[in-house]
Amino acid sequence: MDPTILAAAAINGLLLGGMYTLVASGLTLIYGVLHIINFAHGSMLMLAMFGVFYLLTKFGIDPYLSMLVMVPAMYGLGYAIYKGVIGRLSSGRDENILLITLGLSILIENIALMLFKGDSRTISVSYSDTMIELGPTLVPLPKLISFAVAMLLCAALALFIQRTDTGRAIRAVAKERVGARLVGIDVDRIFAISYGIGLATLGAAACLLMPIFYVSPTIGHVFVLVAFTVVVLGGMGSFLGAVVGGMIVGLTESFGGLFLGESLGQIGISLIFILILLLRPSGLFGARR
Amino acid sequence: MTSHSRITRRSILKAGAAGAVLGVPGLSLAQAKSIKVGLLHPVSGALAYSGGQSRLGGMLAIDEINASGGIKSMGGAKLEALLGDSQSRPEVGVSEVERMQQEGVAAYVGCFASGIALPATQAAAKYNTPFLIDVGVSDALVSRGLKNVFRLAPGNGKCVDDAFAGLAEVNKTAGGLAKTAVIVHEDSEFGTSTAKLLSAKLSGIGLEVKEVLKHATPTRDFTNLVLRIKAIKPDIVIMSNYQNEYVLIARTIYQQKVDLAGMFSVLGGGFNYKLVKEQPEVAQYMMDFNHWYNPKNPKALDMRKRVEAKDNLFTFEVYCTYNSVKLFADALENAKSADKEKVIAALEVSTWADHFMPYGPTKFVNGQNQGGRAALLQASRTDIDVVWPNEFAAVKPVFPRPKFS
Repeated sequence: MDPTILAAAAINGLLLGGMYTLVASGLTLIYGVLHIINFAHGSMLMLAMFGVFYLLTKFGIDPYLSMLVMVPAMYGLGYAIYKGVIGRLSSGRDENILLITLGLSILIENIALMLFKGDSRTISVSYSDTMIELGPTLVPLPKLISFAVAMLLCAALALFIQRTDTGRAIRAVAKERVGARLVGIDVDRIFAISYGIGLATLGAAACLLMPIFYVSPTIGHVFVLVAFTVVVLGGMGSFLGAVVGGMIVGLTESFGGLFLGESLGQIGISLIFILILLLRPSGLFGARR
Repeated sequence: MTSHSRITRRSILKAGAAGAVLGVPGLSLAQAKSIKVGLLHPVSGALAYSGGQSRLGGMLAIDEINASGGIKSMGGAKLEALLGDSQSRPEVGVSEVERMQQEGVAAYVGCFASGIALPATQAAAKYNTPFLIDVGVSDALVSRGLKNVFRLAPGNGKCVDDAFAGLAEVNKTAGGLAKTAVIVHEDSEFGTSTAKLLSAKLSGIGLEVKEVLKHATPTRDFTNLVLRIKAIKPDIVIMSNYQNEYVLIARTIYQQKVDLAGMFSVLGGGFNYKLVKEQPEVAQYMMDFNHWYNPKNPKALDMRKRVEAKDNLFTFEVYCTYNSVKLFADALENAKSADKEKVIAALEVSTWADHFMPYGPTKFVNGQNQGGRAALLQASRTDIDVVWPNEFAAVKPVFPRPKFS
């Protein structure tokens, strides 16, 4: 096989991985702190992407600029949903939270279907199709930007978790919920903050994905399984894991597609998921339980 | 806290009146019974957009027929829509068929997707309920010997035949410069069956198929696939897939600056007014063989205006379903009854011409309308034009398309 084709596939895989890292970073935080899989992750991404779409088409706001709006808005939405819905209805039990997020996802998806119809929408901005030459291959500028921001985002989140008081509180709650409560941490507030941050990352992800993709009420499904795989592979609660996991999944998908075709090549992602669950269920960087 | 309701004379009267209205449906209508038309489409799930458009077309037809007096030979009987959502899944399509059967449906119109229509028509055949295929193109739909299945629009085989006749002529006019092709298709029934036909036919018009590339629905990224195409350097790329992947591939080809004489699709899921509106640079010069209305028929242009006035796009799903419902209405008029056998018999000898498709009067053989045909379309930055066959074309095709370099 021609080395330039392999190099092109590798670069493409890394960029793909960057996109997956974006979507997975919020999921791994929520998974790590609340110990639940946020089934509503995909539909929240969809909502955020519709937000970006309408900010552009109705108000002319560039998708990257709209991060200034979307990130705080999604944080607020996440905080409110946790405080108002999840926290209230779950009585603190993990299984209930899981079911509530599932219910939320069905509700949101169908409301979106009602409001926006089954239509897929794309956007076109001046730099949508700008290509950058990267070694042997041409890369769309939006993909490069989304990769760079994904890395920065994960670094920022990791710093936040390690260095700030709130981050410390989050780590405490993630490690030992009862103990955290005993030392005076408002666990419920930490849950809400974590859920809010998790959705805030989706706000950023949406701004970065819109110039590359399309949005429809079911776009969440397109990303969610891959995001789960990245979180499981990288380890619950680890941002480094989200980055490394994203890269591995992206590269697997890219090389899988190259050697097995785009149809069969998807098998790689499922194989990784199964192998990790069998061999190292806590993930590459997750805490051993 | 407890609350208890008192049973009063008033509450019994209210309950009785409600029961009378709800429990005795037939008596509350003074005129002829309504004829139930089952509109079965994937209005949720992966094919939701197309399903919604199909349903829109069906409802427009039913409203129009009812507004102009219903089925006149049956005393002005109105059509009533039974709405079904197959959720883009064949098994749900089948359960919707069964549900509508329980509700006394007279005929089904559906299902947009061949993969759903195949089991759905089979289920309807158990009851011999007429099933009018609106868009599904798989030829398996009309080759199972099922008496209840009728299709107004052309199937795969005919579309591909037309596609090659058109492609051959366009290539000939350009001096025969296109010699190689790559086929890209999605891996379900629709894409696979179309691609098989394409592969077989391309050599018949002097084009060598260099490679056939398949992909799943959905797929997130096509960079590798497009780079493969770039390495092969074909003159033509032919696509057979659904909307989202169609658009992603077209965009990636544009971004990677793959020089081609032309991009074609046969029944391209993403080739429509929306693509032109949202991605004019990508859409420009793309060609598609697809169901299309007769652009020289004033009724079609009028309906296009009406649909666009309500902020909808006049896509083929709309008018294919619209015309299928009207075909059923015509059969009802001729049969003078909604009886299944009589309607099927009426459809078998139908010579309906009041559609605005480029078909001529209907003539069904084994359920397939012989006059059904597709057209070769090309997108510009602002619109979509018919470029072949010549009797419907207003514009000449741009072939080869300009190079990126």
